[in-house]
Amino acid sequence: MGYFGLTEISRGSLAVWRRNFDAFIRTYKVNFIPPFVEPVLYLLALGYGVGALIEDVNGIPYPVFIAPALVSISVMYSAFFECTYSSYVRMYYQKTFDAIIATPLSIEDIVTGEILWGATRGTIYAGLMIPVLFLFGVIDLPISLLLIPCAIPAGILFASIGICFTAITPSIDSLNYPAFLFITPMFLFSGTFFPISILPESLQYFAFGLLPLANVVSLNRAITAAEFSPLILYNIIWIIGVAAIFFVIGLNLMRRRLII
Amino acid sequence: MPGSPIHPVSNQTNREQGSYMEVISAHGLEKRFPDLTAVDQISFAVEEKEIFGFLGPNGAGKTTTMKMIHCVSPKTGGILSVFGMDVNKDARKIKERLGIVPQENNLDPDFSAFQNLTIYGRYFGIPRRDAETKAEELLAFMQLSEKRDVLIEKLSGGMKRRLIIARALINDPQLLILDEPTIGLDPQARHLIWEKLRHLKAEGCTQVMTTHYLDEAERLCDRLVIMDHGKILVEGSPEKLVREYAGSEIIETTPTPEAISCLEAADISYDIFGDLLQVQTATPQAIAHTLMESCRHTTVTVRRATLEDVFLKLTGRTLRE
Ligand SMILES: Nc1ncnc2c1ncn2[C@@H]1O[C@H](COP(=O)(O)OP(=O)(O)O)[C@@H](O)[C@H]1O
Ligand SMILES: [Mg+2]
Repeated sequence: MGYFGLTEISRGSLAVWRRNFDAFIRTYKVNFIPPFVEPVLYLLALGYGVGALIEDVNGIPYPVFIAPALVSISVMYSAFFECTYSSYVRMYYQKTFDAIIATPLSIEDIVTGEILWGATRGTIYAGLMIPVLFLFGVIDLPISLLLIPCAIPAGILFASIGICFTAITPSIDSLNYPAFLFITPMFLFSGTFFPISILPESLQYFAFGLLPLANVVSLNRAITAAEFSPLILYNIIWIIGVAAIFFVIGLNLMRRRLII
Repeated sequence: MPGSPIHPVSNQTNREQGSYMEVISAHGLEKRFPDLTAVDQISFAVEEKEIFGFLGPNGAGKTTTMKMIHCVSPKTGGILSVFGMDVNKDARKIKERLGIVPQENNLDPDFSAFQNLTIYGRYFGIPRRDAETKAEELLAFMQLSEKRDVLIEKLSGGMKRRLIIARALINDPQLLILDEPTIGLDPQARHLIWEKLRHLKAEGCTQVMTTHYLDEAERLCDRLVIMDHGKILVEGSPEKLVREYAGSEIIETTPTPEAISCLEAADISYDIFGDLLQVQTATPQAIAHTLMESCRHTTVTVRRATLEDVFLKLTGRTLRE
């Protein structure tokens, strides 16, 4: 019970992770479509459609500018939605968590397994997008392979935030609120489709101070552009630190919800 | 020490008594929710290798008690130990040795019957090969081998229940907790499950079950308690409870004014439930005779008293929920 429930986490969380991985592999055909189709659609519509109207962004062709953002968005969506709608279905409708806490595993193991799985799903999607973006010639290899390890802490961050909402939502429909009010604005205003530097200075501070996706995009763009500045150190520390905070909050909110 | 043989011998006896441990022991166990007390200071002990039943109407607190025993719902008062360990401190160690059949089906719908068992085995840290071998054995034991690769949604209610029991056995539990194991099943499925539970008992598996099927309790339980409103009303073997609380036989007839006045004249106590008049007795012939001869009552039935009579007597006939 001590240390915010962290001492209750065991290797058993990997069995929970593995259960979700197995379920993902069982239906791999549908699961593998989004990371291939999404970047193609975004690149065609925004990269080459909108991009045709834009000269370049700070000397970078528009499709190249949005490529790292597409990977970041995919990590965000897959990890966040996995740990909101999908976790909620497992928890509330399928009673999977109830079945698991009747075994030696703890609630903390379950929550940890769910978050690790959400992060893994985000990382798998990032990995699958890389060859597609490379074929379009909008990212370089091998440097862009660094997007994969960066997807892990980013995935844990979005998965942990997702678990927090899952732990407090009264119903599955209420999960639409964080999806529309938090995830969608972040999708648009995190330096994804236009550089944060064109925003007023106060909004720039707001974005890097409070928006998870802004930090992830900033880090990923530094990787694909191979331009490393002190800002990415800040981004990395921010991502890991905030992920840790939401992980602990999620763990405890879930305990409060499930221990009755 | 040859001079004092008594001492070691009595020591031995003590140790044997000590090893014949209570599998579950509860003293003043309590579960309070914000708006009601679901389990109100109950005490009971479950011994090794017995089937111990919890009977009671809906809302009596049976499921809540089971959840406290298998360490998923923290008690709010009293003492509860399982295998001699405290449920608050040693939840993991206790759960390693338990098999749980929950009231509500919670099989994993994303997987086949076989995978449900092997994945559950993984939660216990059972190596894959061992879990697979065990899963095949359990499917055969519960007569589900044909459904090995079928998804859960394609199974009938009885098959799901059997699969849940198979799942609960994946870790060779020393104590099986069954919360309404045969709820909603047809007679064939119920009889199959009863047979398997008796088989497990013969192998030495201690079982705790809740049910509101009285015939089920009468057939399976060595000892049982009847609960209502969070409290234990009585405890004992089914035979003992029937003997003590319902007499050995029940005479039933229609409550006509003649029958009533006749019984009152003969100073025989009776109960009336709607259109049914019941007399509990150990001497049914004499009373039936009185009713039929002196009162010219023609429709009189005599039957053995059952646990159902005890149950209704103690918990009343008011509808719950
Ligand atoms: N999580 C809960 N919060 C509040 N009340 C509950 C909760 N779970 C059960 N109860 C109440 O506790 C009582 C006992 O329930 P339960 O143990 O499920 O009864 P049984 O299994 O004997 O039908 C019921 O009145 C039920 O409504
Ligand atoms: Mg119940």
